[in-house]
Amino acid sequence: MIDFLPKQLFLFDPLAVFFLAVIALVCVPSAIFSIGYMREDSLRKRAVSWALLSVFVLSMCFVATAGNLFSFLIFWELMSLASYFLVVSDFRHEKSVRAGTIYLIMTHAGTACLMAAFFILYNHAGSFDYNAVKEAALLLAPQERNIIFLLLFTGFAVKAGVVPFHIWLPYAHPQAPSHVSSIMSGVMIKIAVYGMIRFFVTLLGPAPAWWGAVILAFGIISCLAGVIYALMDQDLKRLLAYSSVENVGIILLCVGTAIFFNSLGVNAVAALAMCAGLYHLVNHALFKGLLFLCSGSIFKATHLRDMEKMGGLIKTMPLTAIFFLIGAMGISALPPLNGFVGEWLAFQAFFAGVLQSQGAVKLAMVLAGAALALTSGLAAACFVKAFGITFLALPRSPRAEGAREAGFAMKAGMALLAVPVALFGIGAGFIAPVILKISGAVLGIESIQPPFYMVCVLPPVIAVALAFIGIAVFLWFKFGLRRAQVSCNTWDCGYYSIDSRNEYTSTAFSKPFRIAFSFFLLPYRKSEKIRDSFYHVRTFTYQTHTTKVFKHYFYEPAVNLIYSAAFKMRKLQPGSIHLYILYVFITLAGLLAFMGMF
Amino acid sequence: MTILYNVIIIGMETVLLAALAPLLSGFIRKLKNNFRMRKGQGIFWPYYNLRKLFSKNEVISKNVSWIFYTAPVVVFATSALALYLILFARICPPANSGVAVIIAAFFILSLGRFFLALSGLDTASAFGGMGSSREMFVSSFAEPTIFVAVFALCMGTGTTFKVSGILAGCALLMAAIAETSRIPVDNQETHLELTMVHEAMVLEHSGRSLALIELASHVKQMLFFVLIAGCFFMPVEAGRWGWALFPIKIAAIGLVMAVIEVSVAKMRLFRVVDFLSFAFFVALVATITASLGL
Repeated sequence: MIDFLPKQLFLFDPLAVFFLAVIALVCVPSAIFSIGYMREDSLRKRAVSWALLSVFVLSMCFVATAGNLFSFLIFWELMSLASYFLVVSDFRHEKSVRAGTIYLIMTHAGTACLMAAFFILYNHAGSFDYNAVKEAALLLAPQERNIIFLLLFTGFAVKAGVVPFHIWLPYAHPQAPSHVSSIMSGVMIKIAVYGMIRFFVTLLGPAPAWWGAVILAFGIISCLAGVIYALMDQDLKRLLAYSSVENVGIILLCVGTAIFFNSLGVNAVAALAMCAGLYHLVNHALFKGLLFLCSGSIFKATHLRDMEKMGGLIKTMPLTAIFFLIGAMGISALPPLNGFVGEWLAFQAFFAGVLQSQGAVKLAMVLAGAALALTSGLAAACFVKAFGITFLALPRSPRAEGAREAGFAMKAGMALLAVPVALFGIGAGFIAPVILKISGAVLGIESIQPPFYMVCVLPPVIAVALAFIGIAVFLWFKFGLRRAQVSCNTWDCGYYSIDSRNEYTSTAFSKPFRIAFSFFLLPYRKSEKIRDSFYHVRTFTYQTHTTKVFKHYFYEPAVNLIYSAAFKMRKLQPGSIHLYILYVFITLAGLLAFMGMF
Repeated sequence: MTILYNVIIIGMETVLLAALAPLLSGFIRKLKNNFRMRKGQGIFWPYYNLRKLFSKNEVISKNVSWIFYTAPVVVFATSALALYLILFARICPPANSGVAVIIAAFFILSLGRFFLALSGLDTASAFGGMGSSREMFVSSFAEPTIFVAVFALCMGTGTTFKVSGILAGCALLMAAIAETSRIPVDNQETHLELTMVHEAMVLEHSGRSLALIELASHVKQMLFFVLIAGCFFMPVEAGRWGWALFPIKIAAIGLVMAVIEVSVAKMRLFRVVDFLSFAFFVALVATITASLGL
């Protein structure tokens, strides 16, 4: 009897429970939000959507608590399929179908890698159970472990949206309904990070240092590329999708550092880095979920996703504006909100890494810190743009002018995510030690002396001090320094009148960045003048675009290659049944020969 | 009890330095005027200016939202708190906590900058938007330099003359030029469209809001100077002579700033990237020398 069916069904270790908590934190508010978001849809559509959403969320929970490779893969696949159907829930639009197809292809390419790795592991362990895998992994030859690592890393990286496997995110996230984007971006891509931690840290035993270095390198590339693309984008939801690429990069930066130092045996740094990574993971789940919900609320009110047509929404949708501002401040790592604590811990981890290493590692840690600093600066710029162009100044279109505030369920959903964004920042003193304990358990480190007692003290102090100074200044303005306020038009340089066409646009805002990163973005512009005569230009159009490097130089050529190969292979299909039987025979023989080699 | 004592003492220091911050700006201004053979205003001019602004009525655009009103308060609160943390960092045990506190200070500064940039966009004027965009542009490129320089600074904790300290100080000085909108990067004295960065962003602020923003930028400048002064020779509390040395160091940095400002022409905005990447490499070299123990 083959020991095929796994005995160990579920696993509730600290890591799994942590991810269950993350899932719950984001999915409950998103589900509440969806009540309001789907109100106008037909009953049937709502029913299907709810069913799919339930399957999606449950499958994520089961992936996180799976106790063996088999159920991990089954639920992983269920998660991918449920999310695919949710992405294409607007199936009458060609864009949705296209986005769904790209997502499906990418995610299955990833799953194929996972499957291959799992079968190699099964071959050695003789069982799908994690415990057996864990034991067998210790006996694997180094090159086999490395192959498994590369396969698994590719598989998880596709799901996590790591550059250069990120291309499905900017298609799938904007097309899905907003509460689904919120869950996909906030939680689902984190499940891939869960996979990485589960396999590279706990299951495959002591990881060699270069695994950590690879993850770190991909983290650096992802966070920079993601934030640069996010800065360039005018579609609010696509901007958020690119920003997810960035944040996954930041998480991998920390996880990679943790794996790296764990293999060197520098436990304190490893635990701190893992703690920073897990902290940022929760944070990103919270604020990205929140931001996607806010973008959904804006979409319901205006039917717009293009920021260039928004503006002035802070007056018509004041609560959504506040929630978006909280999310934007969180994601820009501004104290005292949660994003700050995560990135701050990451900097401390990098600094601890600098202190406790030699030579090139030291430099790598400094560069990781610098990359994180640049990323957080660019992210701040990106979200100044996102909030400023969307909510501030004058409305740029009649639709934006006629926006109405979201309904109760949507507001409640956003509030349920906005409050934790603040709490995870101010209450870092309670949360950071818990997460440090979890990361210690994950890394198998017994006792950790946290070198970061400041975390417990500083965020609440910052919050209180800022509130105190702010209120003091406000009171001084109000009662000590009473001055008249004259309301007037914005200064228009003596122009006729100032209107929304004078405002800075999103494209204009990102122009300096487009030029500074032109080596990567490869911007190009098109201008067209139609003249009545030499002196009079009738119409003038001007367009500016950036080249998506990975799509343009890797994916498109690859797709073309596949197509041309397929056209050439058509000759194999002349319609003769005899020939087909021959193919089957040759294939079988080849496979048998191949199997015999192992 | 010692912690409480320190907290209060550093609070008093912060208030003192914040009160002296406009004087530092006036001093640099006076030096620049002297170099240019101009008479100019006295070194107390920033105080007169602040008093004037605080006693004026405000003109506020009809387009703005609450962001515009809160921004000056947030900017002031953050720069004051950041100065406090920078001063606080020196009593933290050297390596880890010190770096944590200084980095937190820069995160807090970015909170103020975030709100200021939003208030620039809030008025629906193209100037404000341009200023916000450029401010975020410059600051996001300055940030890596600052963080790496802080790493270098905290690695080479010592009370003596160090190569790494000097290099980190130079990198920080270059970052400070960008962050305090000084000449090769920005020009504080202009109201010309092409050269404005910071000024464009606060163009719509007037009266007490403007006064608060200006005071905050003086405080921010003081913060950078304190940090740079910490790189050279001795930290603030070193011995009895530390106190005497500190104003001299600050004045010397002011002198350097003034010399740079009168002798260099303002750069094109896109050259700023080159300038700041040079600063970044200086900071990187500082960490390398610090790790070599120099």
